[in-house]
Amino acid sequence: MNYRLGVDVGGTFTDLLLIDQDTGATTRDKVPSTPSDPSVAVINGLERICAKAGIEPSAINHLMHGTTVATNAVLEAKGARVGLVVTQGFRQILQVARSFVPGGLAGWIIWQKPEPLARLEDTVEAIERIDAKGAVVEELDEARIRGDLQRLRDAGIEALTISLINSFTNPSHENRIAEIAKEILGGIPISLSSKILPEIKEYERTLTTVANSYVRPVASRYLGHLDEELKSRTGDLRLHVLRSDGGLMGVEVASQAPVSMLMSGPAGGVSGALWIAAQAGYTNLLTLDMGGTSTDVALVQNGVPSIGRETTVGDLTIRASSVDVRTVGAGGGSIAHVPELTKALRVGPQSAGAQPGPAAYGNGGTDPTVTDANVVLGYLPPSLLGGEMVLDKAAAVAAVSGVAEALGVDLHAAAAGIIDIVNENMFGALRLVSIQQGYDPRDYALIAFGGAGPLHANALGALMGSWPVIIPPSPGVLCAYGDATTTLRSESARTFIRQFSTTSADEVIGLLRELASEAHSELAGEGVAESDRTATYQVDLRYHGQGFEVPVDVSLAELESDGLSVAGNRFDAEHERLFTFSLDAEHEIVNLRAVVTGGSSAVEAVKIQQGDKDPSQAFLSTTPVWVEGVEHQAGLYDRSLLESNDRISGPAVLTEMDSTTLILPGHYGDVDSFGNILIWPSAR
Amino acid sequence: MATIIQTNSDPIRRTSVDSITVDIIENALRNARYEMDAVLFRTAMSPGIREQHDEFPLIADPEGKMVVGQFGSFIGGFLDNYVGTVEEGDVFLTSDPYSCDGAISHANDWLVLLPIFHQGRVVGWSAMFGHMTDVGGKVPGSLPTDAESIYEEGVVIPPVKLYRGGELATDTLEVILNQVRMKQWNRSDLNAIVAACRTAARRVIELCERFTTETYVSVLDALLDRNYRAMAQLIETTIGEEKLSFEDFIDDDGMGNGPYRIKCTMWRENGKVILDFEGTDPQSKGPINFYMNENMFKMFFGIYMIMVFDPQILWNDGFYPLVDVRIPQGSLLRPNYPAALSCRTHGLGRIFDVLGGLLGQRQPEFLNAAGFSSSPHLMYSGVGEDGEWFQLYQIGFGGIPGRPFGDGPDGHSLWPSFTNVPNEFLEAYFPLRIESYETVADSGGPGLNRGGNGIDIAYRFLEAGNVSIHDDRWFTYPWGVNGGLPGMRSTKYLVRADGSSEVLPSKCDRVEVQKGDVLHYVTWGGGGWGDPLLRSAELVGLEVKRGLVTVDGARRYGVVVDADGTVDEDATLSLRTHLGAVRAPITVFNFGAEIDELRERCLEETGLEPPVAPTFA
Repeated sequence: MNYRLGVDVGGTFTDLLLIDQDTGATTRDKVPSTPSDPSVAVINGLERICAKAGIEPSAINHLMHGTTVATNAVLEAKGARVGLVVTQGFRQILQVARSFVPGGLAGWIIWQKPEPLARLEDTVEAIERIDAKGAVVEELDEARIRGDLQRLRDAGIEALTISLINSFTNPSHENRIAEIAKEILGGIPISLSSKILPEIKEYERTLTTVANSYVRPVASRYLGHLDEELKSRTGDLRLHVLRSDGGLMGVEVASQAPVSMLMSGPAGGVSGALWIAAQAGYTNLLTLDMGGTSTDVALVQNGVPSIGRETTVGDLTIRASSVDVRTVGAGGGSIAHVPELTKALRVGPQSAGAQPGPAAYGNGGTDPTVTDANVVLGYLPPSLLGGEMVLDKAAAVAAVSGVAEALGVDLHAAAAGIIDIVNENMFGALRLVSIQQGYDPRDYALIAFGGAGPLHANALGALMGSWPVIIPPSPGVLCAYGDATTTLRSESARTFIRQFSTTSADEVIGLLRELASEAHSELAGEGVAESDRTATYQVDLRYHGQGFEVPVDVSLAELESDGLSVAGNRFDAEHERLFTFSLDAEHEIVNLRAVVTGGSSAVEAVKIQQGDKDPSQAFLSTTPVWVEGVEHQAGLYDRSLLESNDRISGPAVLTEMDSTTLILPGHYGDVDSFGNILIWPSAR
Repeated sequence: MATIIQTNSDPIRRTSVDSITVDIIENALRNARYEMDAVLFRTAMSPGIREQHDEFPLIADPEGKMVVGQFGSFIGGFLDNYVGTVEEGDVFLTSDPYSCDGAISHANDWLVLLPIFHQGRVVGWSAMFGHMTDVGGKVPGSLPTDAESIYEEGVVIPPVKLYRGGELATDTLEVILNQVRMKQWNRSDLNAIVAACRTAARRVIELCERFTTETYVSVLDALLDRNYRAMAQLIETTIGEEKLSFEDFIDDDGMGNGPYRIKCTMWRENGKVILDFEGTDPQSKGPINFYMNENMFKMFFGIYMIMVFDPQILWNDGFYPLVDVRIPQGSLLRPNYPAALSCRTHGLGRIFDVLGGLLGQRQPEFLNAAGFSSSPHLMYSGVGEDGEWFQLYQIGFGGIPGRPFGDGPDGHSLWPSFTNVPNEFLEAYFPLRIESYETVADSGGPGLNRGGNGIDIAYRFLEAGNVSIHDDRWFTYPWGVNGGLPGMRSTKYLVRADGSSEVLPSKCDRVEVQKGDVLHYVTWGGGGWGDPLLRSAELVGLEVKRGLVTVDGARRYGVVVDADGTVDEDATLSLRTHLGAVRAPITVFNFGAEIDELRERCLEETGLEPPVAPTFA
């Protein structure tokens, strides 16, 4: 009796996947999401799926959970009121925000500056000073900070961040203020910059820690409540939360550092995509998750997603490791418009959102959206299979006609233009994670999901030269697979700025060992046996004088036998690949990192029925589609009736409950044994 | 006249293109331009480039017309002047403003240009320039405030081939680098700029392969034409035939003379807009001359015109035939060789205030107040306790002006993508401690929309060394508009370790500082926009609570408030009524005071002697 459960909370459905760890057998289910308290659906789903599988809830040992509860707090500006303690002289650190104005020359004319996450009136100064080397220049004035903290308490703050200058070199003053704050603030959560991001650069460290405080009450309340509810039903079940970097963390860590789960949702999608694609035999991937208002893309190399050091959610960019997901404001709801002055066709970033939504949804929307263009071109058939929704084609035509008129072209050309522009925007994002990082997209398969992804994926595959284009079955299940199959992962890192000439391989090895033992003990605490754990090591390097670092993988054995030059050579090669040149300059270490992984689950995806290459059992009718100005009759298929081995020739439209797939003329789609559609060009 | 060597002599035929393809390539070029920035920031070494982003990229069409970028194209002028061949694999380098019509305007800016070849033909150009922390010469930082010719301003590189057919001209590079104080920074920054330009070249070639060279180049024509048509319409509807003028000043030349007038007159004539700088003062003996490239000014003009109508448009040279820029030879903006140029930053910045004041007169709803129209510099150098030479070049920021769109942000940059140097970074790599980094309450001009506050950075020096300062707007005010009041002016003062204090001139070199001295580097605020008596009293109260406005400062808005930000509504109403009755009628511009008045009060208000009106031969 050894089960793990993956749970993904989506906007409409909460998807669950139960895995029998001993046999690899799986059970799937979904329940309606409960947005006001997402944990209700998790509990409902757990009870249902246990009944379905015929097991007791107590048979589940691990629950893996991807959640957007922190993300939504940021996007909806519903985080906590944060009090901030900074070093005297730096009260306006978030107000000045590194002086950066986006938008190019004269961009300041129309820029609206967002309000800081911690209000200036809730920011207080501690009289204290630590220098760049960690020495105390001025002792902490405890009486003064005590008074200021009382004032913050009385003002009604709900979370506190302490972020002092140079605290990454010496956290003693932050720690002392935290002790005082605990006395004064009672149960209000306190986040220290020296714990959340012990790195140089005061603005980034402060902002990241404030963001942590901002989401902490809502995240910890949610997770604490969920954990309690789960334990009351299952006994000793361990709840794990999917981190932004694709790893998992326990409830306690997640509650203290929720800033590291801001990208939990997209990370779950990427994890699921790479797992499904691996089943289909592909481990080099570009992922494309296209929803209503935005699209997330990422790159997976040899089954490992690229990890970036920054996380961007809405206006907020913070320093926290996350799957390197790039987001563009291009989705099914993106609105097309033609500025009077330039007569250019612009699509997005404005979106019709869920309300009123695209004109075709018939909820009163009149702006032409990407979805409307898909309807006009026939890619989205008016009546969706199994759909509760009937699309209003006349409304879509009316909306797109406005664009056609402004551009002086016919209806179908305008609709095609909207699709081409939105594809180009996504193409730009895909280039950011591939070509611009030195990866050739032709070496990658493109896996598309999200409500709108499968409609646009074939065209993007053609733009990128990325084949096959993989359309996995049902996107919600994808994320639940991702959650359930994710490996437990713990990372320990520290800033250690040294030129090679001022340290040694032995010193570095010693530190890496220490970091690994920290990471090991966290996984041990999560119940992963030592034999199941693997440690890997990374060193972030740059040329002395540069401001950005590049991570390189090293092993302790290499460092022992060949010294630091192993890392240096690897960095030179990577620098050359990324930037076309390397330098004859001294190498400098910035960060050391140990990553311990273990406890993954061996599970196979469910296979669908074997077919005979002929998809006619799924054929519904023909439907007209316009491609490059020409009308074609496309086959319309019910995806759920397709069988393994079936081959569908484009043009074709495949419908299923929550998405629609378009196969373009000159392409075909093969159904694999797991129900994935693999789209290839016919001329291959 | 340069000779371009192409192995493929077929001309690039133009073909018809649909507007969607135009939009797609426009988007791809925009991405390529941002990728140039990204490559540079990640690989450069000097804080000025890697942290502050003092650089400007450009991609041009085969004829050298800029299709994406911000500073307009100089390539036509460059090709006219360059004697020699342009071949595949060549990379050009220059830092000589006089050789490229002022595309770069002082020798610290190193400009890299490379032709983009595809199938034996030139299909475009990419270029980028960045500010080098040091290019040699008589003072660290290479911006001597007392220079009287460009020969005193460090190494001036004529247009040379840094790479010849892909081969690095090592000797040339070493000769250049031997002149400068921070070789490793120059070397790696230059490498980074070349890498950025090559990245752009790769993207252009990819576009040619994807769409065909004929389509790509035809699209560039269409993009240029789109700018032309948009601008023609804007000029017709927004620029009148009667002449409008605006003038502003550079406060002093670092030698005690000033202020220097920059004047521009604008009118429409036969569908073209004329921008005439007649009335601008003659060139200065000192280094504040700003050798202004005409195309660059056209670009500034165009961006200001279009920004509010279609912010997504890609600026390009297409509208240049519609704009006629006239700059008198021998003036501050077109000095005769070999006039000194290094401290041109104030002229370059002030041009934007002149432009804003000029364009806004016809459309007060688009009129912004005076902003942070310069890039004041701090230089600090010396020998550290490890015996190593250290040298810092840092740009300061201040108040964005009050705008029709809202308040001006506090302590921000008017320059695109510029950021401050992280203070912890300064402390880790230089013998400095930053004692405070705060905006100055009340320094933003009051208005319905408040001007942004300036910043007070207090640097404590931990080693003896030398300091240079390049500053302005210490004498004239950042003006307010439509009833908004001027922002506060800048000041720089040293508090010595012994407690004594001295105000430093706005432009100075070789200021010796000792361990323990503190420099307060106080920048100016943005002007206010609109009537401050109409600003929400509650908002003024909140800003008092936030420490952005003081209790006394709130009275300039007619708001009576206590230190907690609680507004006394009755007292506010009567103060506002009173102020509204006694004040002078509202004018479009509020300059604070006439120049003569400023002179009279100068010593008392600023602690410095007033500048002497410049005399010109």
